[in-house]
Amino acid sequence: MRKGLVAALVVLALGAGSGHARAQSDADTLKGIEKYREALADDNPADLWEARGAELWAARRGPKSSSLAQCDLGKGPGVVKGAYAELPRYFADADRVMDLETRLLHCMVALQGFSAAEATRRTFGNGGSRSDFEALSAFVAAQSKGAKMNVSLEHPKERAAYLLGEQMFFYRGGPHDFACATCHGESNKRIRLQDLPNLTDAKDAQRAYTAWPAYRVSQGELRTMQWRLNDCFRQQRFPQLKFASDTSIALTVFLAHNANGGVFSAPTVKR
Amino acid sequence: METIVEFDRERRDLLKAALGAAALAAAGFMRPGAAVAQGAWNKNAFASKTLDEVVKAYGGARAEPTSEISWGSTPEIAENGAVVPVSVTSRIANTESIAILIEKNPNALAARFQFPEGTDPTVSTRVKIGQSSNVHALIKTKDGKFYVATREVKVTLGGCGG
Amino acid sequence: MADPMRIRASMQGDKVLVRVLMSHEMETGQRKDESGSVVPAHFIQSVSAVHNGKTVLSAEWGPAVSKNPFLQFQFAGGKLGDKIQIIWTDNKGDTRTDEATVS
Repeated sequence: MRKGLVAALVVLALGAGSGHARAQSDADTLKGIEKYREALADDNPADLWEARGAELWAARRGPKSSSLAQCDLGKGPGVVKGAYAELPRYFADADRVMDLETRLLHCMVALQGFSAAEATRRTFGNGGSRSDFEALSAFVAAQSKGAKMNVSLEHPKERAAYLLGEQMFFYRGGPHDFACATCHGESNKRIRLQDLPNLTDAKDAQRAYTAWPAYRVSQGELRTMQWRLNDCFRQQRFPQLKFASDTSIALTVFLAHNANGGVFSAPTVKR
Repeated sequence: METIVEFDRERRDLLKAALGAAALAAAGFMRPGAAVAQGAWNKNAFASKTLDEVVKAYGGARAEPTSEISWGSTPEIAENGAVVPVSVTSRIANTESIAILIEKNPNALAARFQFPEGTDPTVSTRVKIGQSSNVHALIKTKDGKFYVATREVKVTLGGCGG
Repeated sequence: MADPMRIRASMQGDKVLVRVLMSHEMETGQRKDESGSVVPAHFIQSVSAVHNGKTVLSAEWGPAVSKNPFLQFQFAGGKLGDKIQIIWTDNKGDTRTDEATVS
Protein backbone atom coordinates (compact mmCIF):
# COMPACT_ATOMS: atom_id res chain seq x y z
CA MET A 1 0.00 0.00 0.00
CA ARG A 2 2.61 2.48 1.09
CA LYS A 3 4.95 1.92 -1.86
CA GLY A 4 1.93 2.15 -4.10
CA LEU A 5 0.91 5.40 -2.48
CA VAL A 6 4.35 6.88 -2.90
CA ALA A 7 4.42 5.69 -6.48
CA ALA A 8 1.03 7.28 -7.05
CA LEU A 9 2.26 10.56 -5.63
CA VAL A 10 5.30 10.43 -7.86
CA VAL A 11 3.19 9.72 -10.94
CA LEU A 12 0.89 12.57 -10.00
CA ALA A 13 3.89 14.83 -9.78
CA LEU A 14 5.48 13.81 -13.00
CA GLY A 15 2.33 13.50 -15.06
CA ALA A 16 1.99 11.55 -18.26
CA GLY A 17 4.78 11.70 -20.78
CA SER A 18 8.11 10.03 -21.28
CA GLY A 19 11.57 10.23 -22.61
CA HIS A 20 14.26 12.77 -23.14
CA ALA A 21 12.02 15.79 -23.67
CA ARG A 22 10.50 15.40 -20.24
CA ALA A 23 13.89 14.79 -18.65
CA GLN A 24 15.13 18.02 -20.22
CA SER A 25 12.17 20.07 -19.09
CA ASP A 26 12.58 18.52 -15.61
CA ALA A 27 16.12 19.82 -15.57
CA ASP A 28 15.04 23.28 -16.79
CA THR A 29 12.33 23.47 -14.18
CA LEU A 30 14.66 22.49 -11.39
CA LYS A 31 17.21 25.05 -12.58
CA GLY A 32 14.48 27.66 -12.61
CA ILE A 33 13.48 26.78 -9.07
CA GLU A 34 17.13 26.97 -7.98
CA LYS A 35 17.30 30.48 -9.42
CA TYR A 36 14.17 31.42 -7.50
CA ARG A 37 15.66 30.09 -4.27
CA GLU A 38 18.93 31.92 -4.82
CA ALA A 39 17.15 35.20 -5.50
CA LEU A 40 15.49 34.95 -2.10
CA ALA A 41 18.51 33.79 -0.13
CA ASP A 42 19.96 37.24 0.59
CA ASP A 43 17.83 39.66 2.57
CA ASN A 44 15.92 36.92 4.26
CA PRO A 45 12.87 38.11 6.21
CA ALA A 46 14.16 35.78 8.93
CA ASP A 47 16.56 38.62 9.76
CA LEU A 48 13.58 40.47 11.24
CA TRP A 49 12.89 37.55 13.61
CA GLU A 50 16.56 37.32 14.48
CA ALA A 51 16.59 40.98 15.47
CA ARG A 52 13.50 40.52 17.61
CA GLY A 53 14.99 37.39 19.15
CA ALA A 54 18.14 39.25 20.15
CA GLU A 55 15.96 41.80 21.95
CA LEU A 56 13.89 39.14 23.67
CA TRP A 57 17.03 37.36 24.84
CA ALA A 58 18.31 40.51 26.53
CA ALA A 59 15.01 41.93 27.79
CA ARG A 60 14.04 41.71 31.45
CA ARG A 61 10.71 39.95 31.46
CA GLY A 62 8.38 37.86 33.55
CA PRO A 63 7.58 37.84 37.27
CA LYS A 64 11.30 37.65 38.09
CA SER A 65 12.02 40.58 35.78
CA SER A 66 15.00 38.73 34.43
CA SER A 67 16.56 38.34 30.99
CA LEU A 68 17.54 35.07 29.32
CA ALA A 69 21.18 36.14 29.30
CA GLN A 70 22.10 33.46 31.84
CA CYS A 71 20.23 30.69 30.05
CA ASP A 72 22.49 27.68 29.55
CA LEU A 73 21.92 26.23 26.08
CA GLY A 74 24.49 23.52 26.71
CA LYS A 75 27.74 25.38 26.32
CA GLY A 76 27.52 27.34 29.56
CA PRO A 77 25.25 30.11 30.87
CA GLY A 78 24.70 32.76 28.23
CA VAL A 79 26.83 31.05 25.56
CA VAL A 80 24.77 31.26 22.39
CA LYS A 81 27.47 30.91 19.75
CA GLY A 82 27.58 27.37 18.40
CA ALA A 83 24.89 26.13 20.81
CA TYR A 84 22.27 25.18 18.21
CA ALA A 85 24.67 22.86 16.36
CA GLU A 86 24.98 20.74 19.51
CA LEU A 87 21.30 20.54 20.32
CA PRO A 88 19.37 18.52 21.34
CA ARG A 89 21.37 17.40 24.35
CA TYR A 90 20.99 16.17 27.91
CA PHE A 91 20.66 18.80 30.61
CA ALA A 92 21.45 17.67 34.14
CA ASP A 93 19.48 20.47 35.81
CA ALA A 94 16.31 19.11 34.19
CA ASP A 95 17.48 15.49 33.94
CA ARG A 96 16.12 15.48 30.44
CA VAL A 97 17.22 15.66 26.82
CA MET A 98 16.03 18.97 25.39
CA ASP A 99 15.91 20.62 21.99
CA LEU A 100 16.29 24.39 21.69
CA GLU A 101 12.65 25.27 22.13
CA THR A 102 12.24 23.01 25.14
CA ARG A 103 15.36 24.53 26.68
CA LEU A 104 14.10 28.06 26.01
CA LEU A 105 10.85 27.12 27.71
CA HIS A 106 12.85 25.78 30.65
CA CYS A 107 14.75 29.07 30.95
CA MET A 108 11.59 31.17 30.62
CA VAL A 109 10.18 29.27 33.58
CA ALA A 110 13.33 28.91 35.68
CA LEU A 111 14.95 32.30 35.07
CA GLN A 112 12.05 34.57 34.22
CA GLY A 113 9.37 33.03 36.40
CA PHE A 114 6.77 32.47 33.70
CA SER A 115 4.48 29.49 34.12
CA ALA A 116 4.77 26.89 31.35
CA ALA A 117 1.20 27.72 30.34
CA GLU A 118 1.95 31.42 30.00
CA ALA A 119 5.17 30.82 28.10
CA THR A 120 3.56 28.43 25.61
CA ARG A 121 0.44 30.47 25.01
CA ARG A 122 1.70 31.14 21.48
CA THR A 123 4.25 28.63 20.22
CA PHE A 124 3.73 29.25 16.48
CA GLY A 125 3.09 32.77 15.29
CA ASN A 126 0.26 33.79 13.06
CA GLY A 127 -0.03 37.21 11.45
CA GLY A 128 -0.51 39.69 14.21
CA SER A 129 0.07 37.17 16.95
CA ARG A 130 3.73 36.45 17.60
CA SER A 131 5.67 33.57 19.03
CA ASP A 132 8.67 34.39 21.19
CA PHE A 133 10.00 30.91 20.48
CA GLU A 134 10.25 31.66 16.79
CA ALA A 135 12.12 34.90 17.32
CA LEU A 136 14.46 33.40 19.92
CA SER A 137 15.08 30.34 17.72
CA ALA A 138 16.07 32.54 14.80
CA PHE A 139 18.46 34.46 17.04
CA VAL A 140 20.05 31.39 18.59
CA ALA A 141 20.25 29.47 15.32
CA ALA A 142 21.94 32.36 13.53
CA GLN A 143 24.72 32.16 16.10
CA SER A 144 25.52 28.65 14.88
CA LYS A 145 25.85 29.58 11.21
CA GLY A 146 28.94 27.96 9.81
CA ALA A 147 29.30 25.47 12.67
CA LYS A 148 29.28 21.75 11.99
CA MET A 149 26.40 19.74 13.41
CA ASN A 150 27.73 17.92 16.43
CA VAL A 151 24.98 16.20 18.39
CA SER A 152 26.34 13.85 21.03
CA LEU A 153 24.81 10.53 22.03
CA GLU A 154 27.14 9.94 24.96
CA HIS A 155 24.57 10.20 27.70
CA PRO A 156 22.25 7.19 28.05
CA LYS A 157 19.21 9.45 27.81
CA GLU A 158 20.56 10.92 24.57
CA ARG A 159 20.94 7.42 23.17
CA ALA A 160 17.46 6.47 24.33
CA ALA A 161 16.05 9.58 22.67
CA TYR A 162 17.77 8.72 19.39
CA LEU A 163 16.35 5.20 19.44
CA LEU A 164 12.86 6.45 20.23
CA GLY A 165 13.16 9.00 17.44
CA GLU A 166 14.23 6.31 15.03
CA GLN A 167 11.30 4.16 16.07
CA MET A 168 8.92 7.12 15.54
CA PHE A 169 10.46 7.83 12.15
CA PHE A 170 9.52 4.38 10.88
CA TYR A 171 6.26 4.09 12.82
CA ARG A 172 3.26 3.74 10.53
CA GLY A 173 0.03 5.17 11.78
CA GLY A 174 -2.92 7.40 11.17
CA PRO A 175 -5.65 6.86 8.58
CA HIS A 176 -3.13 6.91 5.71
CA ASP A 177 -0.77 4.47 7.37
CA PHE A 178 2.01 7.00 6.88
CA ALA A 179 5.35 7.04 8.61
CA CYS A 180 7.92 9.81 8.27
CA ALA A 181 9.80 7.19 6.25
CA THR A 182 6.96 6.98 3.73
CA CYS A 183 8.06 10.31 2.27
CA HIS A 184 11.53 10.61 3.74
CA GLY A 185 12.90 7.11 3.72
CA GLU A 186 13.88 6.77 0.06
CA SER A 187 16.07 8.80 -2.25
CA ASN A 188 15.06 10.77 -5.35
CA LYS A 189 11.41 11.14 -4.52
CA ARG A 190 9.27 14.20 -4.71
CA ILE A 191 5.76 15.53 -4.25
CA ARG A 192 4.84 17.82 -7.12
CA LEU A 193 7.92 20.00 -7.49
CA GLN A 194 9.14 19.56 -3.94
CA ASP A 195 12.15 17.29 -3.64
CA LEU A 196 11.84 15.02 -0.63
CA PRO A 197 15.08 14.60 1.30
CA ASN A 198 15.89 11.05 2.31
CA LEU A 199 16.47 11.64 6.00
CA THR A 200 18.17 8.27 6.41
CA ASP A 201 20.87 9.34 3.95
CA ALA A 202 23.68 11.37 5.50
CA LYS A 203 24.02 13.97 2.76
CA ASP A 204 20.28 14.58 2.42
CA ALA A 205 19.88 14.67 6.20
CA GLN A 206 22.64 17.24 6.53
CA ARG A 207 21.21 19.45 3.85
CA ALA A 208 17.69 19.24 5.26
CA TYR A 209 18.34 19.66 8.97
CA THR A 210 20.86 22.49 8.69
CA ALA A 211 18.31 24.65 6.87
CA TRP A 212 15.92 24.91 9.83
CA PRO A 213 14.66 27.23 11.30
CA ALA A 214 13.55 28.92 8.10
CA TYR A 215 11.35 31.74 6.84
CA ARG A 216 8.59 29.87 5.10
CA VAL A 217 7.24 32.03 2.29
CA SER A 218 4.02 30.01 2.18
CA GLN A 219 3.52 30.69 5.88
CA GLY A 220 4.80 34.26 5.87
CA GLU A 221 6.48 33.31 9.15
CA LEU A 222 9.76 32.07 10.57
CA ARG A 223 9.24 28.39 11.37
CA THR A 224 11.20 26.10 13.64
CA MET A 225 11.83 22.35 13.96
CA GLN A 226 9.01 22.04 16.49
CA TRP A 227 6.71 23.56 13.88
CA ARG A 228 8.15 21.42 11.10
CA LEU A 229 7.48 18.20 12.99
CA ASN A 230 4.06 19.39 14.14
CA ASP A 231 3.15 20.14 10.53
CA CYS A 232 4.43 16.79 9.29
CA PHE A 233 2.18 15.09 11.84
CA ARG A 234 -0.72 17.16 10.54
CA GLN A 235 0.00 16.18 6.96
CA GLN A 236 0.24 12.53 7.98
CA ARG A 237 -3.10 12.88 9.78
CA PHE A 238 -1.42 11.88 13.04
CA PRO A 239 -2.66 13.24 16.38
CA GLN A 240 -1.19 16.65 17.14
CA LEU A 241 2.45 16.57 18.18
CA LYS A 242 2.73 18.31 21.53
CA PHE A 243 5.17 21.19 21.81
CA ALA A 244 8.33 20.24 23.72
CA SER A 245 7.08 16.67 24.13
CA ASP A 246 9.47 13.73 24.52
CA THR A 247 8.35 12.54 21.08
CA SER A 248 9.16 15.83 19.41
CA ILE A 249 12.55 15.91 21.09
CA ALA A 250 13.29 12.27 20.25
CA LEU A 251 12.53 12.84 16.57
CA THR A 252 14.71 15.93 16.61
CA VAL A 253 17.59 14.00 18.17
CA PHE A 254 17.25 11.37 15.43
CA LEU A 255 17.22 13.96 12.64
CA ALA A 256 19.89 16.21 14.13
CA HIS A 257 22.33 13.41 14.88
CA ASN A 258 21.84 12.02 11.35
CA ALA A 259 22.92 15.46 10.16
CA ASN A 260 26.18 15.46 12.13
CA GLY A 261 29.05 16.86 10.10
CA GLY A 262 26.72 19.06 8.06
CA VAL A 263 27.50 22.77 8.04
CA PHE A 264 24.73 24.72 9.71
CA SER A 265 23.30 27.48 7.53
CA ALA A 266 20.00 28.48 9.12
CA PRO A 267 17.97 30.63 9.26
CA THR A 268 17.27 30.08 5.56
CA VAL A 269 14.31 30.97 3.36
CA LYS A 270 12.02 28.30 1.94
CA ARG A 271 8.92 28.30 -0.21
CA MET B 1 -14.84 35.36 -6.72
CA GLU B 2 -13.97 33.14 -9.64
CA THR B 3 -11.92 30.00 -9.28
CA ILE B 4 -8.78 30.33 -11.28
CA VAL B 5 -7.15 27.11 -12.37
CA GLU B 6 -4.24 27.06 -14.68
CA PHE B 7 -2.67 24.07 -16.36
CA ASP B 8 0.49 24.76 -18.22
CA ARG B 9 0.55 22.04 -20.82
CA GLU B 10 2.00 23.92 -23.71
CA ARG B 11 5.62 23.82 -22.76
CA ARG B 12 6.14 21.64 -19.79
CA ASP B 13 3.99 18.61 -19.06
CA LEU B 14 5.69 18.38 -15.73
CA LEU B 15 4.45 21.71 -14.52
CA LYS B 16 1.03 21.62 -13.06
CA ALA B 17 0.24 24.97 -11.55
CA ALA B 18 -3.24 24.53 -10.17
CA LEU B 19 -4.49 27.30 -7.94
CA GLY B 20 -8.00 27.17 -6.58
CA ALA B 21 -9.83 30.16 -5.19
CA ALA B 22 -8.66 29.38 -1.67
CA ALA B 23 -5.04 29.40 -2.72
CA LEU B 24 -5.54 32.62 -4.68
CA ALA B 25 -7.09 34.24 -1.65
CA ALA B 26 -4.30 32.90 0.52
CA ALA B 27 -1.76 34.44 -1.84
CA GLY B 28 -3.74 37.57 -1.16
CA PHE B 29 -5.56 39.64 -3.70
CA MET B 30 -7.88 42.50 -3.08
CA ARG B 31 -10.79 44.06 -4.84
CA PRO B 32 -10.75 47.86 -4.75
CA GLY B 33 -12.77 49.52 -2.07
CA ALA B 34 -10.50 49.08 0.91
CA ALA B 35 -9.78 52.26 2.85
CA VAL B 36 -6.92 54.22 1.33
CA ALA B 37 -4.96 57.15 2.66
CA GLN B 38 -4.64 60.44 0.83
CA GLY B 39 -1.42 61.79 -0.65
CA ALA B 40 0.60 60.82 -3.69
CA TRP B 41 -1.05 57.41 -3.91
CA ASN B 42 -2.68 57.04 -7.30
CA LYS B 43 -5.96 55.35 -6.43
CA ASN B 44 -7.00 54.93 -10.06
CA ALA B 45 -3.70 53.36 -11.00
CA PHE B 46 -3.98 50.80 -8.21
CA ALA B 47 -7.57 50.01 -9.16
CA SER B 48 -6.67 49.48 -12.82
CA LYS B 49 -7.07 46.04 -14.31
CA THR B 50 -4.82 46.34 -17.35
CA LEU B 51 -1.55 47.84 -18.50
CA ASP B 52 -3.39 50.37 -20.68
CA GLU B 53 -5.53 51.54 -17.77
CA VAL B 54 -2.43 52.01 -15.60
CA VAL B 55 -0.74 54.03 -18.35
CA LYS B 56 -3.83 56.23 -18.59
CA ALA B 57 -3.95 56.65 -14.84
CA TYR B 58 -0.45 58.13 -15.04
CA GLY B 59 -1.38 60.47 -17.84
CA GLY B 60 -0.23 58.52 -20.85
CA ALA B 61 -1.96 57.09 -23.89
CA ARG B 62 -0.01 53.95 -24.61
CA ALA B 63 3.25 52.24 -23.76
CA GLU B 64 5.69 51.39 -26.52
CA PRO B 65 7.20 47.92 -26.28
CA THR B 66 10.90 47.97 -25.54
CA SER B 67 13.67 45.52 -24.81
CA GLU B 68 15.91 48.14 -23.21
CA ILE B 69 15.35 46.60 -19.80
CA SER B 70 17.17 43.95 -17.88
CA TRP B 71 15.34 41.71 -15.46
CA GLY B 72 18.26 40.95 -13.16
CA SER B 73 17.63 38.05 -10.84
CA THR B 74 13.89 37.88 -11.62
CA PRO B 75 13.21 34.15 -11.87
CA GLU B 76 11.17 32.53 -14.63
CA ILE B 77 9.47 30.20 -12.21
CA ALA B 78 8.47 30.81 -8.60
CA GLU B 79 7.99 28.04 -6.06
CA ASN B 80 5.45 30.15 -4.29
CA GLY B 81 3.56 33.06 -5.77
CA ALA B 82 3.33 34.91 -2.46
CA VAL B 83 6.94 36.07 -2.74
CA VAL B 84 8.41 36.52 -6.20
CA PRO B 85 11.58 38.61 -6.50
CA VAL B 86 11.44 41.12 -9.36
CA SER B 87 14.45 43.21 -10.40
CA VAL B 88 14.19 45.78 -13.14
CA THR B 89 16.91 48.00 -14.59
CA SER B 90 15.95 50.47 -17.29
CA ARG B 91 18.50 51.31 -19.96
CA ILE B 92 16.22 53.96 -21.45
CA ALA B 93 17.64 57.46 -21.15
CA ASN B 94 15.97 59.85 -18.69
CA THR B 95 13.96 57.17 -16.96
CA GLU B 96 11.85 58.84 -14.31
CA SER B 97 9.88 55.91 -12.95
CA ILE B 98 9.52 52.15 -13.12
CA ALA B 99 6.22 50.45 -12.35
CA ILE B 100 5.77 46.72 -11.91
CA LEU B 101 2.53 45.20 -13.16
CA ILE B 102 1.26 41.65 -12.88
CA GLU B 103 -1.09 41.02 -15.76
CA LYS B 104 -3.22 38.34 -14.17
CA ASN B 105 -3.50 39.83 -10.70
CA PRO B 106 -6.94 41.26 -9.82
CA ASN B 107 -5.39 44.72 -10.04
CA ALA B 108 -2.45 44.95 -12.37
CA LEU B 109 -0.25 47.53 -10.63
CA ALA B 110 1.90 46.18 -7.83
CA ALA B 111 4.32 49.04 -7.21
CA ARG B 112 5.74 52.17 -8.76
CA PHE B 113 9.15 53.69 -8.06
CA GLN B 114 10.31 57.22 -8.88
CA PHE B 115 13.98 58.04 -9.32
CA PRO B 116 15.22 61.57 -8.68
CA GLU B 117 18.37 62.81 -10.38
CA GLY B 118 21.36 60.85 -9.10
CA THR B 119 19.46 57.64 -8.35
CA ASP B 120 19.96 54.74 -10.75
CA PRO B 121 16.82 53.61 -12.62
CA THR B 122 17.01 50.18 -11.11
CA VAL B 123 14.99 48.56 -8.36
CA SER B 124 14.44 45.15 -6.73
CA THR B 125 11.45 44.12 -4.71
CA ARG B 126 9.21 41.12 -4.09
CA VAL B 127 5.65 40.82 -5.30
CA LYS B 128 2.66 38.49 -5.09
CA ILE B 129 1.79 36.71 -8.30
CA GLY B 130 -1.43 34.73 -8.03
CA GLN B 131 -0.96 32.53 -11.06
CA SER B 132 1.53 32.20 -13.90
CA SER B 133 1.40 35.56 -15.61
CA ASN B 134 3.14 38.16 -17.68
CA VAL B 135 5.01 40.70 -15.60
CA HIS B 136 5.30 44.16 -17.14
CA ALA B 137 7.96 46.73 -16.37
CA LEU B 138 6.41 50.08 -17.27
CA ILE B 139 8.89 52.90 -17.74
CA LYS B 140 8.07 56.58 -17.83
CA THR B 141 10.70 58.99 -19.08
CA LYS B 142 11.10 62.62 -18.09
CA ASP B 143 9.49 63.78 -21.32
CA GLY B 144 6.32 61.86 -20.47
CA LYS B 145 6.75 58.87 -22.78
CA PHE B 146 5.85 55.35 -21.68
CA TYR B 147 7.64 52.10 -22.52
CA VAL B 148 6.94 48.54 -21.48
CA ALA B 149 8.92 45.31 -21.32
CA THR B 150 7.25 42.01 -20.58
CA ARG B 151 8.36 38.74 -19.19
CA GLU B 152 6.48 35.62 -18.14
CA VAL B 153 6.81 34.25 -14.64
CA LYS B 154 5.38 30.83 -13.88
CA VAL B 155 4.02 30.12 -10.45
CA THR B 156 3.88 26.64 -8.98
CA LEU B 157 2.83 25.00 -5.78
CA GLY B 158 5.17 22.65 -4.03
CA GLY B 159 4.83 19.79 -1.64
CA CYS B 160 1.63 18.89 0.11
CA GLY B 161 0.38 22.45 -0.33
CA GLY B 162 1.43 23.32 3.21
CA MET C 1 4.36 50.95 16.81
CA ALA C 2 5.54 48.72 13.95
CA ASP C 3 8.72 46.68 14.14
CA PRO C 4 11.98 48.24 12.98
CA MET C 5 13.19 47.79 9.42
CA ARG C 6 16.48 46.14 8.68
CA ILE C 7 18.43 48.57 6.48
CA ARG C 8 21.81 47.86 4.95
CA ALA C 9 23.61 50.67 3.14
CA SER C 10 27.01 50.02 1.63
CA MET C 11 29.36 51.58 -0.90
CA GLN C 12 29.45 49.73 -4.22
CA GLY C 13 32.03 51.63 -6.23
CA ASP C 14 30.88 55.24 -6.13
CA LYS C 15 27.24 54.34 -5.50
CA VAL C 16 25.43 53.69 -2.24
CA LEU C 17 23.56 50.38 -2.40
CA VAL C 18 20.59 50.29 -0.07
CA ARG C 19 18.72 47.12 0.90
CA VAL C 20 15.70 47.25 3.15
CA LEU C 21 13.61 44.59 4.81
CA MET C 22 10.39 45.91 6.33
CA SER C 23 8.17 44.21 8.82
CA HIS C 24 4.60 44.53 7.59
CA GLU C 25 1.67 42.17 7.03
CA MET C 26 0.81 43.65 3.61
CA GLU C 27 -2.69 42.29 4.06
CA THR C 28 -4.65 42.51 0.83
CA GLY C 29 -8.13 42.70 2.25
CA GLN C 30 -9.09 39.59 0.37
CA ARG C 31 -8.18 36.93 2.89
CA LYS C 32 -10.61 35.40 5.38
CA ASP C 33 -9.63 34.33 8.87
CA GLU C 34 -10.59 31.11 10.68
CA SER C 35 -14.02 32.46 11.63
CA GLY C 36 -14.75 33.41 8.02
CA SER C 37 -14.48 37.18 8.43
CA VAL C 38 -12.50 39.18 5.90
CA VAL C 39 -9.15 40.36 7.22
CA PRO C 40 -9.10 44.09 6.43
CA ALA C 41 -6.59 45.49 3.96
CA HIS C 42 -3.47 46.75 5.69
CA PHE C 43 -0.53 47.54 3.47
CA ILE C 44 2.27 50.03 2.99
CA GLN C 45 1.21 52.67 0.46
CA SER C 46 4.20 54.95 0.26
CA VAL C 47 7.90 54.62 0.84
CA SER C 48 10.61 57.22 0.62
CA ALA C 49 14.33 57.24 1.13
CA VAL C 50 16.18 60.37 2.23
CA HIS C 51 19.90 61.15 2.12
CA ASN C 52 21.33 64.48 3.33
CA GLY C 53 17.85 65.97 3.34
CA LYS C 54 17.21 64.93 -0.25
CA THR C 55 14.73 62.30 -1.37
CA VAL C 56 16.63 59.65 -3.29
CA LEU C 57 13.70 57.33 -3.93
CA SER C 58 9.95 57.49 -3.62
CA ALA C 59 7.48 54.70 -4.20
CA GLU C 60 3.77 53.96 -4.27
CA TRP C 61 2.87 50.43 -3.27
CA GLY C 62 -0.25 48.32 -3.51
CA PRO C 63 -1.14 45.18 -1.58
CA ALA C 64 0.53 43.00 -4.22
CA VAL C 65 3.90 43.80 -2.71
CA SER C 66 4.85 40.75 -0.64
CA LYS C 67 4.53 40.49 3.11
CA ASN C 68 7.66 41.63 4.94
CA PRO C 69 8.62 43.72 1.91
CA PHE C 70 12.05 43.93 0.41
CA LEU C 71 13.45 46.93 -1.44
CA GLN C 72 16.82 47.51 -3.07
CA PHE C 73 18.04 50.57 -4.94
CA GLN C 74 21.22 52.59 -5.44
CA PHE C 75 22.17 56.22 -5.81
CA ALA C 76 25.22 58.43 -6.40
CA GLY C 77 26.58 61.20 -4.20
CA GLY C 78 26.84 59.35 -0.91
CA LYS C 79 29.87 58.29 1.11
CA LEU C 80 30.86 56.20 4.12
CA GLY C 81 29.33 57.44 7.32
CA ASP C 82 26.37 59.17 5.64
CA LYS C 83 22.92 58.54 7.06
CA ILE C 84 20.01 57.15 5.07
CA GLN C 85 16.43 57.32 6.33
CA ILE C 86 13.65 55.11 5.06
CA ILE C 87 10.07 56.13 5.77
CA TRP C 88 6.96 54.11 5.10
CA THR C 89 3.28 54.97 5.56
CA ASP C 90 0.45 52.48 5.30
CA ASN C 91 -3.22 52.71 4.40
CA LYS C 92 -4.19 53.01 8.06
CA GLY C 93 -1.93 56.01 8.50
CA ASP C 94 0.68 54.07 10.49
CA THR C 95 4.19 55.12 9.72
CA ARG C 96 7.72 54.04 10.50
CA THR C 97 11.06 55.77 10.02
CA ASP C 98 14.40 54.02 10.41
CA GLU C 99 17.91 55.17 9.79
CA ALA C 100 21.12 53.45 8.78
CA THR C 101 24.70 54.51 8.27
CA VAL C 102 26.53 53.84 5.04
CA SER C 103 29.26 51.35 5.95
